[in-house]
Amino acid sequence: MSETLKNQSLKPRLELLNITKQYPGCLANDQICMTLMPGEIHALLGENGAGKSTLVKTIYGVVSPDSGQILWDGQAVDIKSPSKARDLGIGMVFQHFSLFETLTVAQNIELCLSPTQLADIGNLAARITKLSQDYGLNVDPDRYVHSLSIGERQRVEIMRCLVQSVKLLILDEPTSVLTPQEVAGLFNVLRQLSNEGCSILFISHKLHEVTEICHNATILRGGKFVGDCEPANETPATIAKMMVGDLAEQDAGYEKAHGEEVIFSAQSLNLAAKHPFGTSLKNVNFELLKGEILGIAGVAGNGQEELMSIISGEDNRTLKGVFTLDDQDLGTLSAGARRRNGLAYVPEERLGRGAVPEMSLSENTLLTHSRGFVKSGLVNWKAVKDYAKKLISDYSVKCHGEFAEAKSLSGGNLQKFIMGREIGQNPKVLICAHPTWGVDVGAALAIHQALLTLRDQGAAILLISEDIDELFLLADRMAAVCDGHLSPVVRTEETSIDQIGQWMAGTFINANDHAEATA
Amino acid sequence: MDIDLITQVLFAAIKTGTPLLFIALGEAICEKTGVLNLGQEGMMLMGAVVGFMAAYGTGNAGFGLLGAMLIGMVMSLIFGFLVLHLGANQVATGLALTIFGTGLSAFIGSGVVGQTIAGFQPVYIPVLSDLPVVGKVLFSHDPLVYLAIALALVIAWVANKTRIGLTIKAVGENPNAANAIGIKVLRVRYLAVMFGGAMAGLGGAYMSLVYTPMWVENMTAGRGWIALALVVFASWRIGNIVLGAYLFGLASIMHLVLQGMGWSISPNLLAMLPYVATIVVMVIISADKFKEKLLAPRSLGKPFDPRQMA
Repeated sequence: MSETLKNQSLKPRLELLNITKQYPGCLANDQICMTLMPGEIHALLGENGAGKSTLVKTIYGVVSPDSGQILWDGQAVDIKSPSKARDLGIGMVFQHFSLFETLTVAQNIELCLSPTQLADIGNLAARITKLSQDYGLNVDPDRYVHSLSIGERQRVEIMRCLVQSVKLLILDEPTSVLTPQEVAGLFNVLRQLSNEGCSILFISHKLHEVTEICHNATILRGGKFVGDCEPANETPATIAKMMVGDLAEQDAGYEKAHGEEVIFSAQSLNLAAKHPFGTSLKNVNFELLKGEILGIAGVAGNGQEELMSIISGEDNRTLKGVFTLDDQDLGTLSAGARRRNGLAYVPEERLGRGAVPEMSLSENTLLTHSRGFVKSGLVNWKAVKDYAKKLISDYSVKCHGEFAEAKSLSGGNLQKFIMGREIGQNPKVLICAHPTWGVDVGAALAIHQALLTLRDQGAAILLISEDIDELFLLADRMAAVCDGHLSPVVRTEETSIDQIGQWMAGTFINANDHAEATA
Repeated sequence: MDIDLITQVLFAAIKTGTPLLFIALGEAICEKTGVLNLGQEGMMLMGAVVGFMAAYGTGNAGFGLLGAMLIGMVMSLIFGFLVLHLGANQVATGLALTIFGTGLSAFIGSGVVGQTIAGFQPVYIPVLSDLPVVGKVLFSHDPLVYLAIALALVIAWVANKTRIGLTIKAVGENPNAANAIGIKVLRVRYLAVMFGGAMAGLGGAYMSLVYTPMWVENMTAGRGWIALALVVFASWRIGNIVLGAYLFGLASIMHLVLQGMGWSISPNLLAMLPYVATIVVMVIISADKFKEKLLAPRSLGKPFDPRQMA
């Protein structure tokens, strides 16, 4: 806190005065005021749809406000475009959509720099490698972005701001896909930047992170400013209360379940990577039990994507005798046939894989849920719409109705809808990746409850997540992946974050190889 | 076939491929930024007629070229305004532009039908032009043939080696992200569309000033459409476009030669040859699906409105 106090005498770096933005059908920002001092780490909190994204996009010049004023170093400025924002020294790490997949990491970073900045840097690739090492971001400048996992992409985004000298860094949920160690590393970077006088605006849903690192917090609800606080003096529970309005149930830990009957198994799964930067799966074995959640931890890019896509059938190579679901060989069936046999799948990417962005919610429902809705090739739209409406109300999805396009929903609301759609098929096995990534506290709670209810109804769930806390909260048994190897599977109550953390780093691999050699 | 015939065929193949090369290069850059302009044929015809009229009126083929490029840009600006500014459907607008250009060129060119001009003369390059065979095939063309090759080299360099190329690719892949990092998406697209228009005008002018130095209604005979197909089958790669354009030229000449040699195949079937041969070869070249994914501009044909970014 000493840095903030020291800076109190300075004039604010950024002041927002009565920022208002109206979208068709919703008032995204209503007369919002906020002040940021140099070197201050400021949290912007609120549930999905509270107006946080709109506000930061206003600061970054992506969205122009209907009224209100922005002061930068005491001067009124009109930030018309992101390039104008960057000229002022504002950098932003986006949550989605700001990397070019067909370009390399270095090219992506290069595009963000002005020619003079580039000339100052000289050898960009060397600079990236050096920054990677300094901050532990582990980014290879020559890789194509399309081959990177979400976690790695986020690291590129952070890197992209670090190579520019910024006075205000805006981070939209930067930690959601990092391991605990990486989060600690990032926080060190942020503290260092803050000491150097860079202001940081930090959007997060993880309240303990906010209390750990932020000096001040502004809380929004329904587009309105509802309060501010010094997170150090608050607890996650009191902040959550301000965010949702009433005291959200804190995750108190759920009953663990014991499954008995095996419903799904993977035996000796060996699979070469499909693209040059993928991870090959090496002798992966596990079983899913009815009424149980198996959690798989791991840093992004260690084989999770490959595992999920080969199980779901998205990776259409056939494997004989590897997967069994209810004594049936799953590996030779198409993705659709696997679904018909009781396998449901919630992929990591919501838009594009979990849902078609340009289609309405009803149409998206029909995509994986055609049973009963299609007769002799004809769609019963009334039934589809009614079902979509039911999903929307059951899972309190905030949207304009069943005709809303999937892309018009916020991440958390779309995730609730997709979860509801998959759970609604009464699957025998649900594979679920990062179910609460980028989802606010209230929605995460609803998704957790839905998963537990499904489990208690006797389904087996494979939960793949990079959020260790969530895995410990939900999973009945746990394992970790590292470089395509799967660690031993243990009961959650018999392991610790420390042990799983070590497994994520691969400490089990040598032991396994040793066991194989002696066997 | 004797050596003279082969020399003639290759010489004509390069000439025939050249207008196609101009248009396809322009369209490739345009598509790389995510704009699909189906108005190539219309812009080309306008380039041909205006280029011819300017050259006929002034007696200077250079003014013809200039006029053709200008009218191509004007046509492309109409397209750009509708598609980029007003967010109109690119396919429908492009088709309309072709129909508009076809009709308008026939209308304004009716007075000069049947007139002839000198057009561009071949350039003589000391030593090289005197070489046997090679000299005739490669070094006794008009200046526009060399201009097309030079442009292809420059464009390939810009697209692959410079920041401009990177910007073009970024806008074509993800305009939202490009906007977010401060690239002026609409400006890049406008410039690319205008470049495409100028190149289509050049292609048209080549037809009416060099290839057959006269103006006839609809004289481009679908080359604008072939160029569109060529760009896609060449996977937006400049090298492949050059190859494809000359291949098309060669096949076009071959079908005449084969008819001349008295092959007992229906001339209508033979007339298909250039189209089929070009497409087949391009498909074979582009067979690596994995790589193709990286080359296709992802936002192709999708409008971008910076005001609607949420």
